[in-house]
Amino acid sequence: MEGIALGEKLFFDPVLSIDNSISCADCHAPEFAFSDNRQFSEGVNGTQGNRNSMPLFNLAWNYDEHFFWDGNTFSLEHQAFVPVTDSTEMKSTWIDVQNKLQNHPEYPTLFENAFGSSNIDSTRIAKAIAQFERTLISSNSKFDQFLLGETDLSPQEQNGFSIFMDEARGDCFHCHGSDKNPLWTDNIFHNNGLDETFTDLGLGRVTGDPADNGKFKTPSLRNLAYTAPYMHDGRFATIDEVINHYSEGLKNSATIDPLMKKVGQGGVGLTTSDKADLKAFLLSLSDYDFINNPAFLNP
Amino acid sequence: MNKHFVFITIFLMVLFSCNEDTGDNVSIASVSLNFSHSWDDAPITNSDFNIIKFTNANGEVLSITKLRYLISRIILENASGETLPINGYNLVDVSKNESLLFRPINNIPQGDYKVSFLFGFNNEDNYNNNYLDLNSASWNVPEQLGGGYHYMQLEGKFIDNDLTEKGYAYHAIRAVDASKQPLKFEDTFIKVNLGTVNLTNHAQLNIDMNVAEWFKNPIVWSLEERNNMLMPNFEAQIAMFKNGQNVFKLKSITPSK
Repeated sequence: MEGIALGEKLFFDPVLSIDNSISCADCHAPEFAFSDNRQFSEGVNGTQGNRNSMPLFNLAWNYDEHFFWDGNTFSLEHQAFVPVTDSTEMKSTWIDVQNKLQNHPEYPTLFENAFGSSNIDSTRIAKAIAQFERTLISSNSKFDQFLLGETDLSPQEQNGFSIFMDEARGDCFHCHGSDKNPLWTDNIFHNNGLDETFTDLGLGRVTGDPADNGKFKTPSLRNLAYTAPYMHDGRFATIDEVINHYSEGLKNSATIDPLMKKVGQGGVGLTTSDKADLKAFLLSLSDYDFINNPAFLNP
Repeated sequence: MNKHFVFITIFLMVLFSCNEDTGDNVSIASVSLNFSHSWDDAPITNSDFNIIKFTNANGEVLSITKLRYLISRIILENASGETLPINGYNLVDVSKNESLLFRPINNIPQGDYKVSFLFGFNNEDNYNNNYLDLNSASWNVPEQLGGGYHYMQLEGKFIDNDLTEKGYAYHAIRAVDASKQPLKFEDTFIKVNLGTVNLTNHAQLNIDMNVAEWFKNPIVWSLEERNNMLMPNFEAQIAMFKNGQNVFKLKSITPSK
């Protein structure tokens, strides 16, 4: 518990940034399901990165433990390492952070409580933040309640779910899970037909394998109501734009996933009614209790 | 799944102990299953993925981008006809080397055994949705197709008649005609007989899947005609079942560690 509390305090504390201006929560805010509402997140001095902030929840079930849109980091602890020194994020140094925390009136005691020693180093900081992040569990969406028999889906939501699970229509389930896998992601990497050529290689930049170019991690569909804009580069402002992409906007490329089966026709060609129903279902995956959970708010 | 292993291990230890009680001097063996893959005589590893280099019996050239499949119900049958069923399962994912070796069976009395396993799940296993590892691997089949689990996901690209690359998703499930209510099913899991093996000490059964077989025998598979949306395609599933009968072969037996 002490480690979680410490991690939560660190998560919301701008002390980790070079000029004490931003915290983890600036790009991973509770009200946005621990994402933000910008296309590209802003670091210190307003410096923009080139990726959309990923929401944070149910991270303990990312079994392969590849984090970030391109999977460049293994384990949640290593992920927590990266933003502190990234020049487009907190732009700090670990020595500076360690010194600030070691001379802070509260942190040495909090580290003593969590780790049995008041000595503060980057490993312990990352461990505490990761420990807090693992507590960010989202499991009380309307659809979760439906699975538990506590509520019913509307006919529109029910039909949207059928479209989602229908290989001949939405065929979303192969990458985004199902009622049996309510993480709503397979946690692996796909080229979902966003571009014909790639300015951001995604997984390919990490592996060096051209066959991985243009592949990005499947994001969970949980909490879509709070996580706009969408895709790795935040190019879609609304869920409607996302659905239109899969329906009519697919672009072919050398590494497009074979599951994007109708790329030759531009997409799966949903009707206006089907699109509305699919959207209704997707919104049923949003978890209001999660974003308002007092245990996850700034302490 | 582990509880099944514990069960069979205890069962076999009891069997062994009983033999000791009666004065029999029974030595024990263990067996593991190692899966390899080939395109006819050419080995396939994940380094061969994403390259359009294979030619199927229909003359279509194709690549493989994903190959995952499920094996279950390993059964050892001794000369007396007694069977040692193993209730575990293994999701083989060619992109993950650790999934290629399955070590389920210890403490087997040495001797000759007929060895078999199932490709996919039988119906009893298939409709138990409590396999959390398979659920998180998005291995499920939608309820509108009867639920349960995939048996195989073989995906890649091929060159179509317009000379363009096109994706295919050769997904094997229990055949279902979803145009009828109630749904009409036909079993398409496959019992694979590896023949009789003599188990002494620690044996590794090296089993090879010839991926080319899925496309040629007895039905010459046209990817041009059947490349996607095959899960709800009853006839396609039956064709996969027929072509899958001779896909697996016991290639060799080697000592295992």
